[in-house]
Amino acid sequence: MITLNVNGKPRNLNIPEDMPLLWTLRDVLGMTGTKFGCGMGLCGACTIQIDGQPTRSCITPVSAAAGKQITTIEAIGATPAGKRIQRAWLALDVPQCGYCQSGQIMSATALLVSKPKPSDSDIDDAMAGNICRCGTYPRIRSAIKRAAGVTTTGVLDVVNAKEV
Amino acid sequence: MKTASIETHGIVSSSRRNFLKLTATAAIGGGLTLGFGLPTRGEVRDSLTTDAPFAPNAFLRIDRAGNVTFVMPLIEMGQGTYTSLPMLIAEELEVDVDKVAIEHSPPDDKVYANPLIGVQLTGGSTAIRALYVPLRNAGATARVMLVTAAAQRWNVDPSACHAENGVVVHAPTGRKLGYGKLVDAAAKLPVPEKVLLKEPADFKLVGTPHPRLDTAGKVDGSAKFGIDSRPPGMKFAVLAISPTFGGKLVSVDEAKAKAVPGVSQVVRLDDAVAIVAVHTWAAKQGLAAAAPQWDAGPNAKLSTADIVARLAAASERPGAVARHDGDASAAIAGAPQKVDAVYEQPFLAHATMEPMNCTVSMTADSCDIWVGTQIPGVTQAVVMKVTGLQREQVRIHNHLLGGGFGRRLEFDGTVRAVQIAQQVQGPVQVIWTREEDIQHDMYRPYYYDRLSAGLDAQGKAVAWSHRITGSSIVARYFPPWIKDGVDPDAVDASVNQPYGFSDIHVDWIAEEPPGIPTSWWRGVGVTRGTFAVESFVDELAANAKQDPLAYRVALLDQNPRAKAVLQIAAEKSGWGKRLPTGQGRGIALCIGFGSFIAQVVQVTVDKEGAVNPTHAWCVVDCGIQVNPDTIRAQMQSGIVFGLSAALYGEITIKDGRVEQTNFGDYRVLRINEAPQIEVHLVKSSEAPGGIGEPGTSCVMPALTNAIYAASGKRIRKLPVGEQARAA
Repeated sequence: MITLNVNGKPRNLNIPEDMPLLWTLRDVLGMTGTKFGCGMGLCGACTIQIDGQPTRSCITPVSAAAGKQITTIEAIGATPAGKRIQRAWLALDVPQCGYCQSGQIMSATALLVSKPKPSDSDIDDAMAGNICRCGTYPRIRSAIKRAAGVTTTGVLDVVNAKEV
Repeated sequence: MKTASIETHGIVSSSRRNFLKLTATAAIGGGLTLGFGLPTRGEVRDSLTTDAPFAPNAFLRIDRAGNVTFVMPLIEMGQGTYTSLPMLIAEELEVDVDKVAIEHSPPDDKVYANPLIGVQLTGGSTAIRALYVPLRNAGATARVMLVTAAAQRWNVDPSACHAENGVVVHAPTGRKLGYGKLVDAAAKLPVPEKVLLKEPADFKLVGTPHPRLDTAGKVDGSAKFGIDSRPPGMKFAVLAISPTFGGKLVSVDEAKAKAVPGVSQVVRLDDAVAIVAVHTWAAKQGLAAAAPQWDAGPNAKLSTADIVARLAAASERPGAVARHDGDASAAIAGAPQKVDAVYEQPFLAHATMEPMNCTVSMTADSCDIWVGTQIPGVTQAVVMKVTGLQREQVRIHNHLLGGGFGRRLEFDGTVRAVQIAQQVQGPVQVIWTREEDIQHDMYRPYYYDRLSAGLDAQGKAVAWSHRITGSSIVARYFPPWIKDGVDPDAVDASVNQPYGFSDIHVDWIAEEPPGIPTSWWRGVGVTRGTFAVESFVDELAANAKQDPLAYRVALLDQNPRAKAVLQIAAEKSGWGKRLPTGQGRGIALCIGFGSFIAQVVQVTVDKEGAVNPTHAWCVVDCGIQVNPDTIRAQMQSGIVFGLSAALYGEITIKDGRVEQTNFGDYRVLRINEAPQIEVHLVKSSEAPGGIGEPGTSCVMPALTNAIYAASGKRIRKLPVGEQARAA
């Protein structure tokens, strides 16, 4: 038996200690917002936060999260930074297929908390672990800057973005 | 172009009601979750979960409260279809598109057929081209009926009434009736056979950037992909398919697999094994413990080199003639100069972010399937064959696709999942690990393009010969499309190349790789062909020591739209600007899917030969624009997708198996590697063109032409890989 704190709620689970958080969230707790992409920490689709740190849940055993605060995409909007990121994502229509976006948002939110005014290279460092096959990278970059209130430099190709 | 048949709508309504009954039954027996009540923005519902009195066609219905539901004939896989198609209906129906509920359509190759293809298929950059008229017709038909119902209620001339924002208005008296109050009367009216559509000048919605309708669910984790299906009682299965193509399963250690806590069953197929468990983790561990043994089969020694050798040998013989203007071979033989080149493009995996998966619930008389598919109707028909069930017994619950790119134009995964589910009690979700997904894809084929040109004394090309050798996807997928032995997709970009050469010869040789399944991949023929054509034209310009833009423009007098996008791309990018050593720009043109695209890519090639695309400019003339912001997004998407493939993408075969396994060795572009992208749209009143694929097609030659400009290294074989390193 292991107790996990998921989005502020204690969950008592009868699962193996080495079971990755990804499958615990998706298959045991039915929280499907966190996505399976590669199973090896290579693509970032499964990113969650543990005590605010962006973490690849597909390679993180539940034992590593015991006694810590797990935050997933389902609850990130309740944090001020998560809300700002989600609003920016909506305003710039970042997602295409959308499958990687939970992970992108979890990484971007953690970045915004640690670096409220991220530079382009901060964005590269924080987001390079999150693959998007639809190529939403230009909008991810713009949306992070928008959420941070950073003036965008260079080519901004998103026009007619609407406030939501 | 055929249009969606209004005459069949009566039949549609009745089969729709039957389907509703069936799904309602399934809800009790099979545990379907039906969503009722008002939709939340961003939610997409399973098909036909609610009924409404007014459903004049298969694409929309309105209930007595005035709630409007649109049923999407084609699926959303990121390309913006679930926004642009609703915009077409809403434009003519006069409703607020942001308040409409969106549903996935049920499988139906008749009523939801893509008119350009003939079946219910999302792909080929066809959605807007195919449905621009039919969906506006659907909206306009309903609006006319609602206006007629209101006019009859008020006993006034319908021409004195108009519709706006879900309300019919009689302007002379100021009377108004919401659509909900009119649905019962409207439903009793005959469906008009012909309705007048708006002139583009009167569009309020179409042509103006509109926020996507599916974004909300994609930023809070609530959007449902196939892999997120959770029918009650569902088990989880992980599968392993024979690592060699054509191999067979010999044995598994069932006892060891079942010793893993949570593992309940080992399912054997002829060439695969699946471990069924209480969660994916147990299933994965069970699979490792099962240590399946394989008979490698007939392709055990196959390698990429063998396949390339076969293609090269095949390309020596004449092929089926796709285009023959003048006498290219005589013109080339008699020309003062001749240029030859061979271009090779590798096998590619799709690597959609959502790995292949399919959830199936089999009973003696039903099969429910939860999956994201580009071909629900075909999938239903195939599952009928596999299971022996009747059409109404096979229910496909389509989902948002976590990437398609052509991978989900195939039913191989669904068939496997059904075969596994036939041996499992209750619903089971079958997941391909990323390694299985990469190693058992249906690959973009390896292609071998042989080109020759004859040049006059000034280096101007006068004759052009292009022989394409490779796997024919059309021959397997749409056999009737093969005419006189020519695969029209494979030769598209070459046959329809825009340049004014007097003598042109294009021929095609189908040469299938043994054992390796091949399929569509974002642009397919046009993507491959554009790389060859635009690389070769660039070589001809270099040979003539001319500017690659000017060289192209001089050959485009007969093609003003192509010429215009090139010239705008040059202007927007500041073409001709001096760049520091180690930087360069390449230009390319893509004509395909009814659209005209030009791109300029700027790269840095450093002293070690590392290539970094820093900027991309893209100019699009896709005719009438429905959602301009979607067009921009698709160009950004296509550029990143194409750069991934051109720089790194390569599936190689050794000992009959794919060597790549995951994103570590099947590398794709990351945010720190993506260029700045600037997209410019050309206003046009031409028929709408497709935009899902050409952005990918155009960027590959633009990149390699830029590498040539930066380093003098001509890339004739993709991916670029280490080729720009100093020789």
